[in-house]
Amino acid sequence: MKKLTYKVDKCLGCKSCEIACAIAHAKTQDLFKALREEVLSMPRKKVFSAKGKSYPVSCQHCQDPKCVDACMAYALKFDQEKGMVLHDEARCVGCWMCVMVCPYAAIRPNAKTKIPVRCDKCQDKDEPACVKACPTGAIIWGAVDEEGILSSHQTK
Amino acid sequence: MDDMKTKSIDIATQEMLKKAREENIKTSWDRLEAQLPQCGFGQLGVCCTVCSMGPCRIDPFGEGAQVGVCGANADTIAARNLARKIAVGASAHSDHGRDVAHTLSLLGEGHAHDYEILGLQKFKVLAQEFGIDTNKPKEQVIKELSKKLLEEFGRQEGELVFTKRAPKKRQSLWKKLGITPRGIDREVVELLHTTTMGVDNDYKNLITTGLRCALSDGWGGSMVATEVQDIILGSPQPIRGKVNLGVLKENYVNIVVHGHEPVLSEMAVKASLDPELVKLAKSKGAEGINLAGICCTANEVLMRHGIAVAGNFLQQELAIITGAVEVMMVDVQCIMPALQEVATCFHTKLITTSPKARFPGVIHIAFEPQRAYEVAKEIIRFGIENFSNRNKERVNIPKQEMDLVAGFTKETVFQILGGRYRATYRPLNEAIISGRLRGLAGVVGCCNPKQTHDYFHTALVKELIKHDVLVLQTGCSAIACAKQGLLVPEAAKVYAGKGLQEICEAVGIPPVLHLGSCVDNSRILTAASYIIEEGGLGDDLSDIPAAGCAPEWMSEKAITIGFYFVASGIYTIFGANPFAVLGSKNLTDYLTKDLEGVVGARFEFCDDPMQMAKLMIAHIDRKRNDLKLKPVMYSQE
Repeated sequence: MKKLTYKVDKCLGCKSCEIACAIAHAKTQDLFKALREEVLSMPRKKVFSAKGKSYPVSCQHCQDPKCVDACMAYALKFDQEKGMVLHDEARCVGCWMCVMVCPYAAIRPNAKTKIPVRCDKCQDKDEPACVKACPTGAIIWGAVDEEGILSSHQTK
Repeated sequence: MDDMKTKSIDIATQEMLKKAREENIKTSWDRLEAQLPQCGFGQLGVCCTVCSMGPCRIDPFGEGAQVGVCGANADTIAARNLARKIAVGASAHSDHGRDVAHTLSLLGEGHAHDYEILGLQKFKVLAQEFGIDTNKPKEQVIKELSKKLLEEFGRQEGELVFTKRAPKKRQSLWKKLGITPRGIDREVVELLHTTTMGVDNDYKNLITTGLRCALSDGWGGSMVATEVQDIILGSPQPIRGKVNLGVLKENYVNIVVHGHEPVLSEMAVKASLDPELVKLAKSKGAEGINLAGICCTANEVLMRHGIAVAGNFLQQELAIITGAVEVMMVDVQCIMPALQEVATCFHTKLITTSPKARFPGVIHIAFEPQRAYEVAKEIIRFGIENFSNRNKERVNIPKQEMDLVAGFTKETVFQILGGRYRATYRPLNEAIISGRLRGLAGVVGCCNPKQTHDYFHTALVKELIKHDVLVLQTGCSAIACAKQGLLVPEAAKVYAGKGLQEICEAVGIPPVLHLGSCVDNSRILTAASYIIEEGGLGDDLSDIPAAGCAPEWMSEKAITIGFYFVASGIYTIFGANPFAVLGSKNLTDYLTKDLEGVVGARFEFCDDPMQMAKLMIAHIDRKRNDLKLKPVMYSQE
């Protein structure tokens, strides 16, 4: 199982990951064209800043996901095998409960489509777009053990 | 080799890239790869670094911040960024023009002994244009002319003299819009002023000021550069030459001149023929001295002396990678900082010559117009001494070289069409009016590793000439097409439509005309004005069935050229990378739609050469239609 982790000291706050994420989830998959789509794509990742440091934040796919518990429409479920919280958009009623309970503020409400969006680890790609986009290597896409911990050589 | 084909269509380039890979030498293509993905904010032009409240970015997907700390929105930020690039591009061309005018002034004062007035005819015409009595002694006229030319840079009020070359209707439109350039330096400074924190926040007004600045380049600085170079270095005449890396010679001392200002390289041409130096070269075991050029310095010495062109912008590193270059002498502009590193992989000595363009740790031999020939000789001698350091085992010169004809100017090109006895623009105008020629296209600009090198230029130009559009070229674009064999008269038979073929055969010109370096784009402006003056094709530059394109551009200078073309009424397409403006829909729409209603021309962004050709041809046909001209004589369909 692979997971996104971050070396916060390396993050420069350039937000390239946000842009790459929005493009990866746009219909046209192209920066210039994506801006002309009818409904603008929304990044599932945000760079927050606190005490002079930048923190890229996206869904951690928690093993004990608060969002799944909070979902009244049963639109969310945790898939053990994939290690991911899956979102059935057809069932989603847009109540924003998941948004409110997320301890990371990693689930993002899309006001236009009335459903929240979250990191899907770019399932359709060989690796998440944000990893490729990061110019400093602050985003790590690495295998984790059952506890969700990165093996030591990957954290260097 | 397949991925090489996506990098360049030029075989010589592919071969050198292969060698570079084998020897682990990095080129611009590798460095581009290391830069990917490039910053989205930067590409969209919505990153502002003007003041230290920032840097600020506008979220292009509409969710995050929509204004910077000062309150500037995407429109203001993108327009300010673009305006700054226009100012930088204009300053590059214009400062070049100033240096050349300064050389003329030194000549007048008797301090630049190595130069003389070689373009006597043009010298007189130009002096008259500036209201100088040409019956006075020559030295006096030179002094007065150079003073007046230099005054154009520092002028505060009034109008640049060269703007009077434009058709009356265009001049009055500029006046009405308040964009007639006053002084060359003034327009650059004023534009930069308007872009600082808290000055001009109206994207349309920023573009208006930008158009004025660009005009001060096209009808000012660049035109001064072209005209004065023609005076002190001689007016080009059609001349044969050779192009591509194959022009480097294995048993010769190879000296490559690279950059933009020809005043020194002109002396290098002379020095390379100096019997004393040739003798020295032979004593070192070489067969002689071989001079070749890269970029616009190459175009300048090609236009006047038929000196071989080693390649265009992206080939500067590759020339060194042949292992056969003793000295690369550079002046200003488009000189990659990477050259130094590449040169250290070989015996090649990089030599800088301009106080404005230094590289840390690189040999600097300062050029002074007062002792120009001496400096040139010193540099060539350096190359000769370095010949013995060449490692013959590492020499691989690609075989590719191609013939070309260059040396067309606004004076020669169309007079050729008229023949010696009818040296006017009439035959050209008639050709367009009768429909034998569909129209004219200017295809110019740089190369860019983001695109397949040379492919955009050549595919576009082939498509244009096939549809009977006569193509005028300058800069690296001309070199690209020359390498593919489009700049020889015989190319007409292979590639041109029937109408253009008839013209090329009748007067023996190539279907693609090489007008010189990037500052020589000003030749296109004057030529277009002559066309209007000749009559029958409207009364403003925007009436001519003509279009411009920079398919593989990369430099700020290209943006400025685009702006003075559009401000002069010529529809202009920019290749794969749009200006960094797409982050502002308003600004993009203004440039690509609304400007038409303001200056009679607009920009277009397009990333496919076939589509570019289609758009340019459609535009030319629309202009033909507006002029109520007959349909083209030989339809393709």
